[in-house]
Amino acid sequence: MTVFLIIVVIALLGVTFWQMSKILKLSKTGHEDSTQVANDNDNKNQGYLMLGFVVFLYIFMIYSFWAWGDFYLPEPASAHGVDYDRLMFISIGLIMTVQVITQFLLYFFAYKYKGAKGQRALFYADNDKLEFIWTIIPVIVLAGLIIYGLFTWSDIMNVEEDEDTLVVEIYAYQFGWKARYSGDDNTLGKANVRFIEGTNIVGIDKSDSYAKDDKVTTELHLPVDRPVLFKFRSQDVLHSAYFPFFRAQMNVVPGMITQFSFTPTITSEEMRNSEFMVEKVNELNQIRKERSKELVANGDVALDPYEFEYYLLCNKICGISHFNMQMKIVVEEEEDFNSWIAEQESFGETLKKEEEQKVSSNN
Amino acid sequence: MSATANATVAQDHHGHDDHGHHHKETFITKYIFSQDHKMIGKQFLITGLVMGTIGILMSILFRIQLAWPEEASWVFELFLGDKYATDGVMNPDAYLALVTIHGTIMVFFVLTAGLSGTFSNLLIPLQIGARDMASGFMNMLSYWIFFLSSVIMLSSLFVESGPASAGWTIYPPLSALPEAIPGSGTGMTLWLVSMALFIAQSLMGSLNYIVTVINLRTEGMSMTRLPLTIWALFVTAIIGVVSFPVLLSAALMLIMDRSFGTSFFLSDIYIKGEVLAHQGGSPVLFEHLFWFLGHPEVYIVLLPALGITSEVIATNSRKPIFGYRAMVASILAIAFLSTIVWGHHMFVSGMNPFLGSVFTFTTLLIAIPSAVKSFNYITTLWKGNLQMNPGMLFSIGLVSTFITGGLTGIILGDSTLDINVHDTYFVIAHFHLVMGISALYGLFAGVYHWFPKMFGRMLNKNLGYVHFWVTAVGAYGVFFPMHFIGMAGLPRRYYTNTNFPYFDDLADVNVIITIFAIITALVQLVFIYNFIHSIFFGKKATQNPWNATTLEWTTPVEHIHGNWPGKIPSVYRWSYDYSKLNKDETDYVIAGQDFIPQNVPLQKNEEELNH
Ligand code: HEM
Ligand SMILES: [Cu+2]
Ligand SMILES: [Cu+2]
Repeated sequence: MTVFLIIVVIALLGVTFWQMSKILKLSKTGHEDSTQVANDNDNKNQGYLMLGFVVFLYIFMIYSFWAWGDFYLPEPASAHGVDYDRLMFISIGLIMTVQVITQFLLYFFAYKYKGAKGQRALFYADNDKLEFIWTIIPVIVLAGLIIYGLFTWSDIMNVEEDEDTLVVEIYAYQFGWKARYSGDDNTLGKANVRFIEGTNIVGIDKSDSYAKDDKVTTELHLPVDRPVLFKFRSQDVLHSAYFPFFRAQMNVVPGMITQFSFTPTITSEEMRNSEFMVEKVNELNQIRKERSKELVANGDVALDPYEFEYYLLCNKICGISHFNMQMKIVVEEEEDFNSWIAEQESFGETLKKEEEQKVSSNN
Repeated sequence: MSATANATVAQDHHGHDDHGHHHKETFITKYIFSQDHKMIGKQFLITGLVMGTIGILMSILFRIQLAWPEEASWVFELFLGDKYATDGVMNPDAYLALVTIHGTIMVFFVLTAGLSGTFSNLLIPLQIGARDMASGFMNMLSYWIFFLSSVIMLSSLFVESGPASAGWTIYPPLSALPEAIPGSGTGMTLWLVSMALFIAQSLMGSLNYIVTVINLRTEGMSMTRLPLTIWALFVTAIIGVVSFPVLLSAALMLIMDRSFGTSFFLSDIYIKGEVLAHQGGSPVLFEHLFWFLGHPEVYIVLLPALGITSEVIATNSRKPIFGYRAMVASILAIAFLSTIVWGHHMFVSGMNPFLGSVFTFTTLLIAIPSAVKSFNYITTLWKGNLQMNPGMLFSIGLVSTFITGGLTGIILGDSTLDINVHDTYFVIAHFHLVMGISALYGLFAGVYHWFPKMFGRMLNKNLGYVHFWVTAVGAYGVFFPMHFIGMAGLPRRYYTNTNFPYFDDLADVNVIITIFAIITALVQLVFIYNFIHSIFFGKKATQNPWNATTLEWTTPVEHIHGNWPGKIPSVYRWSYDYSKLNKDETDYVIAGQDFIPQNVPLQKNEEELNH
């Protein structure tokens, strides 16, 4: 990687300097042919450079896919994510095909028809048939994509809530997240920023009977294979709840409840042990080790080794610490989830505790 | 026909031969408060280039931070000072401020005013055969308001609490509440004032362009004989008039929310331990209003560049532009569709999913005229006699980046696929290629092509070649890799990615991008040098250096007020009679000359074609 980088830089700088020196020589005023209009020689040179450029572009694109293609996220960890990825790969395949063909034609024509004295251009102003063809082809292809896309879109966005659906509120604030589970009644208690007070940081309405069993947590745990309906609420500015591994995202808007639903299909454990992730994490830890060496040499603390966890991040500019607004997500088996959620304190319990504390401190 | 009637009136007014000198011009009226469209065009260009230099410098600063996160650098100390770069390390608020002002400057000040302002002013009167704009005074006013707006935008960099830093999209509540981010204090106020002035100047300019194109065309210049540059600039002006007022109203409402306690965009907000009184507003409303301008803005930036490209490619291919009518039709289709696609920026904003479907549909529709344009450019090159002048290279480059960037639009315009790449670096890659770099190439193509018309001298072509090739490699080097880090789920507007170990392997790519960016930015100095040097010492231009057909090349090299010393030329043909053969196909219509200027009457040996 570094080698590639150095080569690119040196090559570019070399070309620049070489050209510069040549040019400074040429740009001296009073030189022979200095109309500053391209002559046959320029046409020839630039024509070859056009051909060279399309070769560069191809190599660069191939290199990018080869070296960075695996940056693409691991297999989707949600049910709809599979459709998402399929549509994505079809689209990428399609646009890369068009890209390869059109860029070739563009630069190849630029090379092939580079001007020369005596060459006659073809006066070719119109051709209805051709134009019809290249209007209708995009129409058909795009129609296909639109239809496919829209079916997927309505599948993803139309939420069907049933008995089994787990309702979770994701609450955003500068600069963090909270999750609120609806408890045994599977119904979230009413909430509004006007109720924020003391430990009631997400503004739950105490008088709402559905609120008592709500549980507010700092980690997001989800049972695998069970549909989850997220309700998003923000206390201050716009945020965006971005779940890249689940191919899900929804803005979080103050004054409004937005929603998104998906079914996690791969537990954190499974994802951690997947071939892709094992390799990726190894690589990451390699990088971190290298960097730690530097850090330690400078008297800083070394970086911790990394272990994969799903995360939720903020993807809408929301202030100074926008770049560090994250929440850990754990996808686990139903029974693990149940025992975790049982350990969490409910809003009712928090209130009671506070009451007791007040009483004891009054004494 | 009122168009011809008006043209005659204008002609009569200036009809006498000595008109250029009938009132003495002082330095001030000639160079500063000039009402001459050619001078105003140059003023727009130079102001735009100055702003562009600042905008690009800003991008280099934040790219350095992204490549070497939180490392101290003398560069930061030099440009940001201790306040924004404590101990030489860029602060997060400085990062957001730089990104915001970079975006604002590049989109509005460089590529709206600098591009369309320059070339509308320069080309509309010259190419349609008019003595000047319909209202020279309003035109002058438009430039000076633009200048004032630029000064205010730049002055916001120096206020105590820092410039606006809520992103160039200034979504409230972040942009409305100084408690949410320091830049939303005085800095944001100045941003809004500056943009309100900017919109005012844009409207004045646009109305002037529209009226001029409709009323002041010379005899014979029917709409279907207009060069595509004029079509593009004309339609751009119309889009501007339709959409900029909406941004103005959004800005006004935002000002009221900020200062007068209204609640257009604010509701249920708890910040710094307090609940705000605002109730009932919606940030989503602001998003709708913003993007009702914001998306057409993309085409306000792009259409002039495409128009310039049409002209430059045809001239340098020595061929008519392929499918003139289809080109005009696509400009019109793009203009119409561009006003009904704004929702594709809001697929995951919380807007009704059904609306998302509608906007996906309209968005993918707009790909069709765009595709037609690209194919037509490529066909124009086919069997041409390509003159590789620097303007031509930039035009070819534009078609290339327009395709690359346009294709990823198919992914982003698909509501489903947008879910996971929305607001990531994939978006940054997409819009920089399709709008930023393409429009910038259009600007450069225009400058190289019309420099002789503006300054009476030629730009050095060899410096132009270096400028193009390094920029071409650099631009792909900067923006192509960004697709991949975007696909990895890397959000934009992040000060650093180090808080997510998962992104650690993207660090190398970020270094590569930054190095390409620095090289690309440096090579722009070659252009600046060429530009300044050539104004004073460039080779003297001939009247029609590129052997072009359009009317601006029938004016004398020395600028005169009123453009043509004698009568305004009449027009007898469209602007693309390049390499047209005579009836027997033995030679060009004018023997030995492969172009027929628009003011040459139909020849006996030529067939009349209906384009
Ligand atoms: C050397 C040239 C340029 C480089 C290296 C560059 C780089 C960048 C990068 C990396 C960002 C994203 C920063 C972030 O989200 O954290 C950005 C934002 C942006 N750039 Fe550029 N850019 C360049 C030229 C341009 C041009 C020509 C335009 C004209 C359209 C432009 C318009 C924008 C806009 C609108 C944004 C969004 C600002 C925001 O997020 O509020 N840039 N630029
Ligand atoms: Cu946030
Ligand atoms: Cu758009």
